[in-house]
Amino acid sequence: MTEESIDWIARAGRRAKGRRPDTLHDYNAERTLSILLAVAAEVSVLKERLDTVERLLDTKGTISRADIEAYQPAGEAAYERAVATKEYVARIMRGMQQEMEAMQAAPERPMAEISAELRDS
Amino acid sequence: MKQDVPPPYTAVARHAVFPTPSHDEAARYNFLTAFNKYLAGTIGIGNKIAYDSRVLPAFREEHGRDPADRFEIRDAMNEDPWHRYWSALKRNSMEMRQQNGRSITLRQIDELSAKVRQFNEGRDTLQLDPGLPAPHYMDAADIHCMPGNYQGEERPGDMSAGANYDSGLFATTGGGLGALSDGGGQALVEWIRRERPGWTPRRILDLGCTVGHNIVPLALAFPDAEVIAIDTAAAVLRYAHARAQALGATNITFIQMNAEDMSRFPDGHFDWVQTTMFLHELSGKALPQVIRESARVLAPGGLMFHLEQPQYSDDMPLYEQFIRDWDAFNNNEPFWSAMHALDLKKVMEEAGFPPDSQFTARVLAVVDRTIFPQAAEGAQEDHGRAAAWNAYGAWKPEA
Repeated sequence: MTEESIDWIARAGRRAKGRRPDTLHDYNAERTLSILLAVAAEVSVLKERLDTVERLLDTKGTISRADIEAYQPAGEAAYERAVATKEYVARIMRGMQQEMEAMQAAPERPMAEISAELRDS
Repeated sequence: MKQDVPPPYTAVARHAVFPTPSHDEAARYNFLTAFNKYLAGTIGIGNKIAYDSRVLPAFREEHGRDPADRFEIRDAMNEDPWHRYWSALKRNSMEMRQQNGRSITLRQIDELSAKVRQFNEGRDTLQLDPGLPAPHYMDAADIHCMPGNYQGEERPGDMSAGANYDSGLFATTGGGLGALSDGGGQALVEWIRRERPGWTPRRILDLGCTVGHNIVPLALAFPDAEVIAIDTAAAVLRYAHARAQALGATNITFIQMNAEDMSRFPDGHFDWVQTTMFLHELSGKALPQVIRESARVLAPGGLMFHLEQPQYSDDMPLYEQFIRDWDAFNNNEPFWSAMHALDLKKVMEEAGFPPDSQFTARVLAVVDRTIFPQAAEGAQEDHGRAAAWNAYGAWKPEA
C-alpha cells in the first residue's frame, strides 16, 4: 500500500479550530510575541545542545552527532541542565516578574518628582 | 539551595510506538516544561496579586459590590494588562507544545505508521466503526489547541493524533504523570487496592480512553479481566491499541463507540465503568446521557469512578473558580466551565445512584518519585493540568 506523503513541516504548524483569544488587544503585539517565544525556545535548545557537546567532550574527548542524539542526562547532569533552563526562563521573564513585584509595592511617585524633592532637601 | 526542577524529557519511557525525539526536539519540550512551570508556579500568583491589589478594588469602586460570579471576575481580569500578558504567554506555550509534538510525529509518520500497523493488523482487539460520526462537541473546536482534535487524520488510516498526544503529555504536566504518562491509571490501581483489597472486577469499561494511558495500568493489574476501552476517534484508538499491545496489555479491546449509546452492551455487563479527565470534554446533554448509559451497563455492586479536576462548589472562592476556568476560554475547552459547575452528585443520583451509594476521593498521580515530581497544589498549581484529581464515584446498589 502506498501512503500519501505528508509535508510535515507545513502540517506541524497547522492552526487549531476555534477563534483565538485576542488577549493583548493588539494584532501586532500578538504576532510578535509568538515569534519572540519561538525564538526564545530555540535559544534554550541551542544552550542545551552546547551543554551536551561540552559534557560529552569532558568525558570522551571527541564526539559524533550520533553521540549528541543519544545523550540522556541522568542524576546531577539532568539536575544542572534543568536548573540552567529554569534560570534562563527566569531571566527572559524578568519583565513580567518585576511587574508582579511592582503590583505589590507601595504606590511610587515619578522619579522626576523625587528628584526635584531631593534637590531641595 | 536545591532547586525545584522537572526531570528531562529524555526520562520519558519510549515504548515500541512512541515517537522518537531528536536531541533538539527533546530540548524544545524541556524549555516548554520549564516555561509552563514558571508561568504556573513562579508567577501564576501574579494573577491573584493583580486581582487583590487593583482589579477587585476597581470593581468595587465601579459597581459598589463584589463580583457575583467567576464570569464577572473574568471580564474584569481580561482588562488587566498583567493578566492579559500572562494569558498570551500561556496560550503561546500551549500552541508551541502542539507544534513541537506534531513536528516530531509527522516527520516520522511513515515509520510510526508501519510500527503501529504491525500491532494492529488482523487483530480483533481493535474494532473501528467508520460510520460513527464525530459528536458535535468534538467538532466544535480543537480541544486544548490540538490541531485536528482527537479525530484528525492527516491521511486515511492515520494515528498521528494519538502519537502527538502521547508525546506531549510529559511536557504539559512537567513530568507529573510519570515516565509513561500513566500516573492517573497507576493511581486507580493503588486506590482500588486500598479501598477494596482482593476485589477482582471481571469486566472493566473505560470511556473516552484516547491513547489508553489511563487504562493500561488497570488492565495490567487485573490481567484476567476483560477490559473494553472506547472512544469516538479512530485516530487515537489505532495508536492506543498498538501502545497497549506494546506494553503487554493484551486484555484490552479498543472499540470506536460513542458512550452516549452503548446499546451493544447488555445491562449490568461491567463491574467497573471508568472515566479519567473525560467528562469535561462532553456537552450539557451528552454528559447526563453518558452517566445514564454507564449506570445501565454497570452490574449491581459495581463501581463507577470519574476522575476530574475539582468541581466548583459554593465553598470554592470565586477567584479560584475564575483561574480554574482559564482553559475553558483560552485553551479551547468549551465545556470545561459549565461541566465544573454541574452538581455531579445530582446527575449521578438521577441516573440511579442514591446519595448513600456515592462518594468522593482525592487521588494523586502515582509515579516514580525518585525521578518524577509530585504535582504542585494550591497557589502554585497548574490549574487544568495538575496530576491530582477529585474522584466522583459510586458503588451501584445491589438489585
